[in-house]
Parts: sequence; C-alpha cells; structure tokens
Amino acid sequence: MQEHDLSWVRTEMALAEKAPARERGVVAWLRKNLMATPVDGILTLIGLVVVALIVPPILNWVLFSAQWTGADRAVCATVAQGGSQPEGWSGACWAFINAKFAQFMFGRYTDSERWRVILVAVMFVALLVPLMIPRVPRKGLNAILLFLVFPVIAFFLLVGGAFGLPYVETQLWGGLLVTLVLSTVGIAVSLPLGILLALGRRSRLPVVKAVCVIFIETVRGVPLVTVLFMASVMLPLFLPAGMTFDKFLRALIGVALFASAYMAEVIRGGLQAIPKGQYEGADSLGLTYWQKTGLIVLPQALKLVIPGIVNTFIGMFKDTSLVYIIGMFDLLGIVRQNFADATWASAQTPMSGLVFAGFVFWIFCFGMSRYSIYMERRLDTGHKR
Amino acid sequence: MKNTVKVILGAAALGMAASAASAATLDDVKAKGFVQCGVNTALAGFSAPNDKGEWTGFDVDFCRAVAAAIFGDPTKVKFTPTNAKERFTALQSGEIDLLARNTTWTLSRDTSLGFNFAGVNYYDGQGFMINGKKLPGVNSALQLSGASVCVQSGTTTELNLADYFKANNLEYNPVVFEKLEEVNAAYDSGRCDAYTTDQSGLYSIRLTLAAPDDHVVLPEIISKEPLGPAVRQGDDQWFDIVKWTLNAMVLAEELGITQANVEEMKASPNPDIKRVLGQEADSKLGAGLGLSEDWVVNIVKGVGNYGEVFERNIGQGSPLKIARGLNALWTKGGIQYAIPIR
Repeated sequence: MQEHDLSWVRTEMALAEKAPARERGVVAWLRKNLMATPVDGILTLIGLVVVALIVPPILNWVLFSAQWTGADRAVCATVAQGGSQPEGWSGACWAFINAKFAQFMFGRYTDSERWRVILVAVMFVALLVPLMIPRVPRKGLNAILLFLVFPVIAFFLLVGGAFGLPYVETQLWGGLLVTLVLSTVGIAVSLPLGILLALGRRSRLPVVKAVCVIFIETVRGVPLVTVLFMASVMLPLFLPAGMTFDKFLRALIGVALFASAYMAEVIRGGLQAIPKGQYEGADSLGLTYWQKTGLIVLPQALKLVIPGIVNTFIGMFKDTSLVYIIGMFDLLGIVRQNFADATWASAQTPMSGLVFAGFVFWIFCFGMSRYSIYMERRLDTGHKR
Repeated sequence: MKNTVKVILGAAALGMAASAASAATLDDVKAKGFVQCGVNTALAGFSAPNDKGEWTGFDVDFCRAVAAAIFGDPTKVKFTPTNAKERFTALQSGEIDLLARNTTWTLSRDTSLGFNFAGVNYYDGQGFMINGKKLPGVNSALQLSGASVCVQSGTTTELNLADYFKANNLEYNPVVFEKLEEVNAAYDSGRCDAYTTDQSGLYSIRLTLAAPDDHVVLPEIISKEPLGPAVRQGDDQWFDIVKWTLNAMVLAEELGITQANVEEMKASPNPDIKRVLGQEADSKLGAGLGLSEDWVVNIVKGVGNYGEVFERNIGQGSPLKIARGLNALWTKGGIQYAIPIR
C-alpha cells in the first residue's frame, strides 16, 4: 500500500495560546503565593513587617557593625566599657573568633603537630566523599580503605607516639577536633552495633535476647550526662591508684555505647515494618539466617528508617557537647571556656562565640540532613507516592 | 571460693587505700618529670586560656611556681581542667598531684574529704553588685530589702544569700539561673536589682556589662571564702613543698625580691634575703623540703613574687583590676602574712 500525504488531520499540536498577562511571570506568582485571598494578603503584610523589623538589626549586628580584627577586648567594647567603640555600639565581636580560631579547631593540640590533624581530615574527606556519591566506582575498595585502613592511620596520626611522631595526649585535644572524632567514631560504631543489638533483641535465642534487652534498656534508662559523669568521676575511684584510663577514651566508649542503644531501637522499628511474607519468602528460597537478614530484610528495613538513623546521628553530634561535664572541651566547650579570658571579656563576646559555635554545628547537621534526604529519594523505589 | 573472692576484694580495697594515702608524691612527680595540677575549667583571671591556648591565671601561676620549686622550670607542669564536682575525686584518686582551683578551705574538706590546704592564696568573699544609676543612694547591702537578686543555681552562693537575708530580716526575690552567661544577661538587662557571687567574680562580670561604670560593688562581704591550694592528706613532704612555695612567694614580696631583681638580690647583705635565696654557706633549708637550695630563686624567676602574680593576672596589670584589699601584705593593710623561712 502506498502512502499518500493527503491527511487533513494535523500532525502536530497547535501552539498553545500564551496565558493571560495576570497569570504569568512575577505578578502571577505574587498573586498566587502571597495575595491569593484577603487573609493571605494580610498575613503577607504582617510577614513583611516582621522581616523588616528583624532582619536589618541582625544583618547590622552580624555584618555591618561587627568587628573583624583586633588584639583584645578594646575593639569590642564601647568607650564606657573601656574600649574604643562609640556609645551605643552593638555588633558581633568576630575579632574574638579570629584570635581564637586555631584553638577552637584544635584545642591545645601541639602547635607544630597540627598538620597531622589536617592530614587526617583531608584523608577522611577524600575517602568519604567518593563513597557518598553513587556514581563513583570501586565502592568496595573505598569502603575497605575508609573503615579498615583509615581508622588505623588516623589513630597513629592523631595520638602519635610511633613512627617518629611525638605523642600528643588526648588531654590537649579540643574544639572541633574532639566534636568530630567523638561523633564520627560514635556514628561508625553505633550503626553496626545498633543493627546487631536490634537483631539480637528479636532473636529466638533467650540468652542473646536477654543480653540485648538488658543492655538497651539500661543504657536508654540513664541520661548520657550520668554515663559520662560516672565514667569520669566514679571509675577512677574503683581503679587501683596510678591506673588511669584515658579520659577521652572513656568518653568515646560512653558516647558510642549510648548511641548504639538508641540506634538499636530505631532499627528495630524498621525490622518490625517488614511484612512476614518477606521472611517466609526468604525461607522458602532456602536462605540461611544471615543471608535472609543481609539480603532481604536489612536492605528494606534500613531504607525505611533512614530519617530515624540520621536523627540519632544528629542528636549524637550535638550531644558530644556534654563532654564538657567531664572537663573535656568540644567546640562549644572551648568557646565557652574562652569567655573566661579577661583579655576578651566584653558584652559582645559571649553572644559572638555562641553564634559562631551554633553556625558550625548547623553546617554539619544541615549537611547530614540534606544527604539523608537525597539518600531517601534515591532508595525510595518501592513505596513511591 | 567465696572466701577467696573476699580476700581478693579486701586486699584490693586495702591496696587502694594504702596507695592513695602513702605514695611519696614528690618521688612520683620527679619520676614523671612534671606536676599534674588541677585548675578551674574557666574562671577569668584565675585560670583561662589565652589566644594561643596556653593556660594563664592566678591559680595557674601557682602551679607553675610549684613546678619551678621542684624542677627549676615553671613549664614542667600539666594542667587538668576540673569542674566543681570532679575536682575532689580527681585529687583523691591521684589523677592530679595538686589542686589549685579557687577552692574554699573549710573544715569538712580538710577532714572528711581528706585534704590538706596549704594556705590561702586569695581571700575572697561573697559580695553584691548593683546598678548605681538605677538604685541611687544604695551603698549597703542592708538597704536591699525587697530587691530581686540574680544568682547562679547550685552554688554555696545561693545558700549564703538566703542565710544573709534571713539573718538580717530582709525580704528578697532570688532570680536563679543555671549558666553564668544567663545570669549576666539577666542582670545586664535589668531583670534584677542586684547580682551576688564571689567578689573576684563580680569584677570580671562587670567587664562584660554594657555600662560597667554604672555598677558598684557593695562593701559588705557576706561569707568568708579563703581560697587555697590543696593536696591529699598523708604525704607531709609534698604538703610542705606546696605550703612553703606559697609562703615563699609572699615572703619574696615582703622582702622586695622580684622577678627582675632576683639575681642582684642574691648578693644582698641582708641576712634574711640571703637565707631565703639559699646564699648562706651551709644552707640546709631547701634540703629539708627535698628541694635544691635555690628553690626560692627558681620560684621568683619562674613566676615572680606573690604581688607580681596578683597584679599580672587579676590586679592592675589585667583587665580585671581587682584591688589587693585583704590580699595585700600585712604591712600594707591586708592579711597576707608570710611565715619566716629560716
């Protein structure tokens, strides 16, 4: 049959008419989103007034009136306070942060050895980032490097005392270094340990089950402050004199075990959500317990509880500040400790320091939160709405 | 079996008690090569980090003085920041050799906690600060009837405050906060009429107020807070070293020996000075403590005399500008009185 191009039916869609002017562009967006009804309009107005009232003073404090450089409190105090600023001045004292920045990052870590901390940080980022980007190949090798090789290297680099590196005692560590070491180790330990505890709690073996239940309930029933306090104040009294456990190690173990108990319950929540059919299906294929768990149950369960897991991570990241209780100084602790430096004592110093600490914490927590949302979307294959 | 366990536990307990009490701290310190000194986690003027993260302050310098007396080197000291709760266990457990942490000397701390206080390096006391512009005419705490008073919770400060107002039949409203910054902010914003804490603290807080000159520290001292360095009971030699280090610093001030002139002073004809600096021919004073004969020289060279340490950290040479007051020498109206070294 021969084809004739005689069809009178249009082969292409006619171009749509342009939307009316009031439905297009900025005007339409404003109408739809801000002024759709009279109530919306009023709320928008109130919102604008609030923004106008709040934002300029904040910007002024944070940026325009802020002092960026200086050697002591004089730059951050008014003339009446013994400084050089005009009467009524109020602005952030970033000069304080500037002068103390290295201390906020490393604590009292020996000056000449700080390259070791930086090297560890660079290695960590270099290994972590490719692992987090799904497209990058060689995930297996990458994971082995990050989880098995890196911790060993990082330990020797940070602590020293071997391979010609001078020993840096943990008493000297502080600032962001402590926050990050505590939270990364806590995260790295709590996830696998939490999975094991969650599986143990659902196990049919009575001893395993009892041990897991007791551990989880005991640790969850006690505030972290108490755990840290016991580890730092009571433990030395029970140990023979002269035998001291490293304080940092005590805190590290405390934080990691604490997070594991919470993690276990989050993961158990995921395990409960897997329908019985999945287990039965796996059994009928003749999979062993570990195959069933590793290939069928956990991948589904973990995916379900990503928000809960990240929630625990973020909570733990912020909880590391509690080591302040036992005389160790994480980022917030060392910032607050420096408020006592009379050289910098001024009305603006505490606020500036706390805003800075809050900002750094926010960067890390926001980063974790965004990555978890990305991961959720990527893995959300079965329950898409 | 049961008995064995008992024996082991008993032996362990005994061993702990014995090792905690009778260890020769000086030998341990010499073997370690440094003094482990407990200081406050952060208290303006007494122990705080400087820009480089090094410890500075009045208590910190006392630790350095002890290190200088033993090793002739004020840097041979390591600091353990301790908070109010853990400071005592840290000393009891042997984690630190010496506690120089603005700790008030009381009977119960001396007896039931098992410490020895080596003296008083700072006579403190709880006082009040008010806004002179807001409350003109108030020049005594007895005029504070009905006032709201800002105070930090969980401290003896809170109890002293209650005692004082009760004893004087005055009404008051305590405004209690947990964190120091919160108390400061509340007072500065005018939520309370008065602020109470140790006087040394009031001066550092005044620095952070919006208009420091408007605020006055009232003259009443409502509690005695003799702050001093403490050591464990049961090691008299170590106790002596710490006690005489403090004493030597005050005596050096009395005798006019300063960081700058200590070398010249060695040649002084004054027998007192000669004796203190170990320049007498058959001097055995240092040996009696288990130290070298030039121990006082080392202290003064390392950190200066008591007055110098005071002025540098909390006095006129610091932003705090605390007056010597009770802490002046006895010859100058204070009560710092050095026991003779001879």
